[in-house]
Amino acid sequence: MSSSLPNARRVEGMGRLIARRFFKHRLAGIAISVLAILVLASILAPLNPYSPTDQEPVNSFQKPNVAHFFGTDELGRDVFSRILYGGRVSLSVGLLSTVLSISVGILVGALAGYFGGWTDSVLMRITDAFLTFPTIFVLILLGALLREQPLPWMKNSVLIVILIIGALSWMWPARLVRSLFLVLREKEFVAATRALGGSDSRIITRHILPNCIGPILVSGTLQMAYAIITESGLSYLGFGVQPPTPTWGSILSTAQNQVFRAPWLGFFPGLMIFITVMAINYIGDGLRDAFDPYVIHSEK
Amino acid sequence: MRTYALRRVLQSVPILLIISVLLFFMVRAKPGGPLTAARRNPNISLEQIEALEEKLGLNDPLPVQYGRWLGNMLSGNMGNSIKFHRPVAEMIRERIPNTLLLVGAAFLITLLIAIPIGVWSARKPYSVFDYLMTTITFIGQSIPVYWLGLGLIVIFYVLLKNPFTGSHLFPVGGMNSQGKSGDILDFLWHLVLPVSALSLGWIAWYSRFLRSSMLDVLHEDYVRTARAKGVMDRRVYYKHALRNAILPLVTLIALDLPSLFAGALFVESIFSWPGMGRLFWDAAKGRDYPVLLGVVMITATLIILCNILADLAYGWLDPKVKYE
Repeated sequence: MSSSLPNARRVEGMGRLIARRFFKHRLAGIAISVLAILVLASILAPLNPYSPTDQEPVNSFQKPNVAHFFGTDELGRDVFSRILYGGRVSLSVGLLSTVLSISVGILVGALAGYFGGWTDSVLMRITDAFLTFPTIFVLILLGALLREQPLPWMKNSVLIVILIIGALSWMWPARLVRSLFLVLREKEFVAATRALGGSDSRIITRHILPNCIGPILVSGTLQMAYAIITESGLSYLGFGVQPPTPTWGSILSTAQNQVFRAPWLGFFPGLMIFITVMAINYIGDGLRDAFDPYVIHSEK
Repeated sequence: MRTYALRRVLQSVPILLIISVLLFFMVRAKPGGPLTAARRNPNISLEQIEALEEKLGLNDPLPVQYGRWLGNMLSGNMGNSIKFHRPVAEMIRERIPNTLLLVGAAFLITLLIAIPIGVWSARKPYSVFDYLMTTITFIGQSIPVYWLGLGLIVIFYVLLKNPFTGSHLFPVGGMNSQGKSGDILDFLWHLVLPVSALSLGWIAWYSRFLRSSMLDVLHEDYVRTARAKGVMDRRVYYKHALRNAILPLVTLIALDLPSLFAGALFVESIFSWPGMGRLFWDAAKGRDYPVLLGVVMITATLIILCNILADLAYGWLDPKVKYE
């Protein structure tokens, strides 16, 4: 039918529409390529001839050169290789703790916003309580405490860091999802589904939640930037991922101790955190524009 | 108004209780307990340890111990530091002013720079200045504070030297040079690098927020009215628009407090600033749990108090808000 109309535009799927609008934001396009390169480099880290943990004390404190792109640290370990492997840890901690915090946030926010009443009151009081936590202090305390617990899985510092960052950052997505649900539950399409006999769980998961996907993705990028900075910060202070596993934060931490002998050592790990966080922030900006129907792009 | 403040204070009590229960049980659940070090000491006999356990009440049921701990906390007794054998409350009291000085100075600088940037960006959105500022604030927001701090140390302490005397440009440890405590100039000199490291991210974040908040407000009727009756541009922006645009900022700052304290913790750790953050980090390295619990409880209380203050300030700044 529509193809027979002279001026009809080709019908575009939602995904393609969003993608087209996203890549209109040029910096977001660049950011996603940068992030893709970083992820790929971390995955392909074993192709690098140097091991991240092999020590060659003879070669310690080399400045960046052709063999060791980012130089070597105090134990003669290749910093480039450590950063590639560290990227695996930092990026996956960022991603997994974001998935955790967004999932909990969606659950809490959807229940509070959809059902309202005392469910809302109780859940929001708990959310408020978590929001007044002096987060970094509690994270350090947890990081120190959990490592002293007897259970074997708690010896895995990567897992601990993912769990504690996720457990202390679900409040922002929860508040966001709640506010979206408060608006959407009053819409006609929800009333129509309810009239047709749709159950609460169906309305929540199939009808309201898909309409929240844009803001949730945007808050996911904020969350991930926060998680990566926090993980690195914790590891930097010595209460995140434990050695010998390298992460960008722990590499930076050893660099701090050598600041007089090798002032360049801290440059690259910090730069990686900075570039990654910046790329994620720009992707968030692009997603915000892509999902916002009111943004008009200048056609350049 | 007073009943509203009272209600907020009362609401915060359960929050603090939840935090304290969680923390207390987590600390006590760890194996070994507070006497682990004593147990390893060959000079202390098992009988002495048992007597000590009895004296410290470690054999009582956990809820009883919690009740006693909470009672002590409320009366200002946070126990003694395991490492320094000094009352925790006293140690924290010494450190709080230093943290507040650092955070206060950084915050003042932040507002002095972020407000003009936000207003100017909103004044001519999508201009060269606006794009430049947007890019710079994106960078400022993405730089981790610990990397910035380390970078400042490398540049202004290790690499650059005073060309005449060959001495360091800025000091990077503590609040005063040796033998110069109480010297204001020396103190300000020590403040430069920590405050710069701390405020850059905040400037970026708040100027961006203020820009979008200003853009929202500039469409309002009262701005058009002010312009129509011939009020000077400057006055329109700084008096009519800013007064309204800055309101959401108050709430935002209150919500941001935990991360503001987090920034201070990193900066204090890097620059050996003798504040609460540095105290906490040192205590965490030495697993000095009474100090850790004390600092967390005090910071949580401070954050809640500031939240209540922000709410009250909001009502004072915005006469439209009424508290029931």
